[in-house]
Order: sequence, then C-alpha cells, then structure tokens
Amino acid sequence: MALLRSIAISSNKTITLARSARSLTTATLPPLPYSYDALEPVISGEIMMLHHQKHHQTYVTNYNSALELLHTAMDKGDVSAVVGLQSAVKFNGGGHINHSIFWKNLRPVNAGGGEPPHKKLGWQIDTDFGSFNALISKMNAEGAALQGSGWVWLAFDKELKRLKVETTANQDPLVTKGATLVPLLGIDVWEHAYYLQYKNVKLEYLKNIWKIINWEYAGEVYEKEAQ
Amino acid sequence: MVLQLVMAPNWCGCGVASANSTKISTNAFKMSSNRFNFSKPYPGRAYRVTAYYSLTTPPYELDALEPYMSKRTVEIHWGKHHNEHVERLNKHLKTSAFYGHTLEEMVKATYNNGSPLVEFNDSSSVWSHDFFWESMQPNGGSMPKGGVLDQIEKDFGTFTNFKDEFTFAALSIFGPGWVWLYLKKNERKLAVAPTQNAISPLVWGDIPIIGLDMWEHAYYLDYKDDRSAYVNNFLDHLVSWHSVMVRMMRAEAFVNLGEPKIPVA
Repeated sequence: MALLRSIAISSNKTITLARSARSLTTATLPPLPYSYDALEPVISGEIMMLHHQKHHQTYVTNYNSALELLHTAMDKGDVSAVVGLQSAVKFNGGGHINHSIFWKNLRPVNAGGGEPPHKKLGWQIDTDFGSFNALISKMNAEGAALQGSGWVWLAFDKELKRLKVETTANQDPLVTKGATLVPLLGIDVWEHAYYLQYKNVKLEYLKNIWKIINWEYAGEVYEKEAQ
Repeated sequence: MVLQLVMAPNWCGCGVASANSTKISTNAFKMSSNRFNFSKPYPGRAYRVTAYYSLTTPPYELDALEPYMSKRTVEIHWGKHHNEHVERLNKHLKTSAFYGHTLEEMVKATYNNGSPLVEFNDSSSVWSHDFFWESMQPNGGSMPKGGVLDQIEKDFGTFTNFKDEFTFAALSIFGPGWVWLYLKKNERKLAVAPTQNAISPLVWGDIPIIGLDMWEHAYYLDYKDDRSAYVNNFLDHLVSWHSVMVRMMRAEAFVNLGEPKIPVA
C-alpha cells in the first residue's frame, strides 16, 4: 500500500515537505514446515494447531493493526500516539518474530529432530558450556525458573563470539537483552505452549522438547554469524 | 523439636482449619515433669514455635463451579499452582526477614516500590489466589443488589459499563496478569485495573474487591485461547457478589463512602 502525503507548514516562510511513498509491509503467518501432528508425542497436534493458527495468528493480526495505527500516528505527527503504540508493537511484533523462529527450531523425529549438533556449533557448545548435556541442563533450569511467561534462548553473541543462555519475558525478542545477540534456538515457555498436555509440569515439557529440536537450523544460523 | 502450628489465613482474618492443618493435641505442649534446672537458661529441650502459611481451601467443592470452571482446572490450579506458591513462600520464610508479617503486609513490603524482593512473587500469588477462590461462588454472577449495585452505578454509570470495562481490561493484558475491581482509597470510588504477573492493588495501597486470574493456566484447559468466553462466564456465572458485599463492608471501615448503604439495612 503506497501512500503519498505532502505536508505544508505555514509560518513566515512556507515549508513544503513532500512525504515520499511509504509502503506498509504487513506481516503474514508463516506456514509450518511440517504437519500439526508431526511433533507427537512430544507436542500434541492439538497444541501445535492452537499455537500456530490461534496464538501466532493473533500476534500477526494485532501487529498489523498496531502498524496501521502507528503509520497514521506518524503521518499526523502525533507523538503521544506513536509512543503509546510501542508496547503493542513490541508485544505483537515480538510474538511474531519469536514464533517464526520457534517453528524452525522444531523438527519431527523422523526428519532428524533431536539429533545433537555436530561440527562447529557442537564444538562451540563444548567450549562455552563444557558439554552438550550441560547446556541442556542450564536451559531447562532457566526455563523452569522463569516466573510468568517468556522464552529461553540459546544465543550467539556476535561481538564476544560466544554462546549464551538468555531468557526474555513475555514476547520480548532476544535483541532486547543485547543488540549483539543472535537467536539460535528459542523455547516458548508460555503456558499455552505446553499446558494442554503437560499441565503445570513445565520441566517435563522442557526435558522432552530436546527430542524434537532442529539443531541443523541452529547450526546454519551459527555458522553464518560466526564468519 | 520444632512444633509447627499451621495457620490458615482467610479473608476475614479468622483462623480456619485448612485441609492440610494438623491437629496438635495439648499433650504435645506438656514439658518434662522434671523440675527446671535453673542453671541452664532453657529447660531440657528448647521449644521454638514457628508458624507458616498453609493452602486455604476454596469455600466450595472443587467441582462446584462447573461447567464454567471445570473440576480438573480447579484441582490443578489450586492443588498444584497455588500450592506450589505456598510451599515456595514457606521455604523463603525459613530465612526471610519478613517471617511473621501478615500476608498483606508482606506483599506491600516485598513489592519494594517496583523493585520486588524475592518473596514478592510467591507471597503476592498466595494472597491473590486466596482472594480469587473467594471471589467466586457456585451460582454466582447475575447482578449485585442494594448498596453494591448503587456504588457500581455511581462509579461506572451502569452495571453494563462496569462489565465492559472489566472485560476490556482483562483482554488488554500483555502476558500473564490479573484484572481487578478495586476501591481507590483517596478518590473513594471503585475502579477497574489490569496488572502484570503477580501484582495486585495491595502494592499501591488500594483495596481489592474482585480479582480474576488471567494467567493462561487459569483458563486454558477449559477455554483454550478464548479469553473473552472465560471472562464473560466469570462475570455472568461465577463472580460472588456476596463476597463483594462483605469486602465493601470491610472497606467502609477504611474509606468513607458517604451514607452507609452496604448492605442495605
């Protein structure tokens, strides 16, 4: 959608600002790279369907609405409205970003899900955490300890050139914890991600999810950033 | 030997024997029949009485809120989530400086004006969940009467306006939180507010009147992602206007609401 605006500000001198065409690129729900029941029995088809079609879709829809409102507010020069919309943009945009990564972080067992990382990422994990199992334990502990809703991440710090386990609250994307952090792996610990199946036993969900983690994707992202 | 008295605080402040409390017989308090040996500062064994919090039982059977809140949800929400907060709170209290505070005092103090201390999350969650179970009753909902209705109409215009505001606030929360009907002490009026995570109006010094848990675990098993159905059912079928009346009566001891109309004589 291209919008042309020109704003004339009258004062002693007449200033005409021609707003160039700004197109509003809306977000769309990415398709899942596997069927809804492909991650069973670790994550049920029912959860995957709700998670993708309802929750992620809602973030996309609400992000787009917030974006439209933001666009209008920016054009009108309504600074209060622009600032007021930031939390909606952060929450819904963050939800969209995080879930888009999450679907790629998962993989059916019969397509290689759960196979531990090899090559460079494997070595980096050993260097930074001691062992693969130590990383798993740490991520599980951080995920279990998280109060409320949020995400637990395996991050690569581009500047320090090392891996890090981080958590973010609600739908805050990883970058809110550090501009140089790149997400390799994110685990959704919002209750909607596991409740229907695991109820309150979040730790069980965390222990099981490693069976369907797509380390190949994480490895690709890592190798690209570690250049 | 540590004697453990189990206190069960509920909204009235009177002790209620909870499902978990153990009865302590008076024999347990009998000290040894030997005479005190005054050369020692304490008798043969030192007794230290400690008291911790216990899980208060909802004032109805666990299936009494069906079909609007299933027995399964109440069993897990109360028996697991709420219980876990109680256990974690007690664990903190073994070493905490806030041991001995009432729950309300502890919530306010550990909120620490926005930089919450480690005990805040669990103490506030215990308080809020106790409050939540008592905000509901079987065959609840419909309309309040008398003084409560008058106050709501005074502060919201109409009862429907109140319901709309409450619902809107509930659905506006980003992430886990609660929605409250509460009494603003300074303005002497009722208001609705959403809060994040475990925060309640106690932290800013106002008086909660209704609390609805909007964490996903509160509704997900029954409603999946349909939060508005959950909130509507709460307002239409579960909210205990009787509890509201009792709470407003108590609040009138602290806030001058004008002519005492709650309850209508």
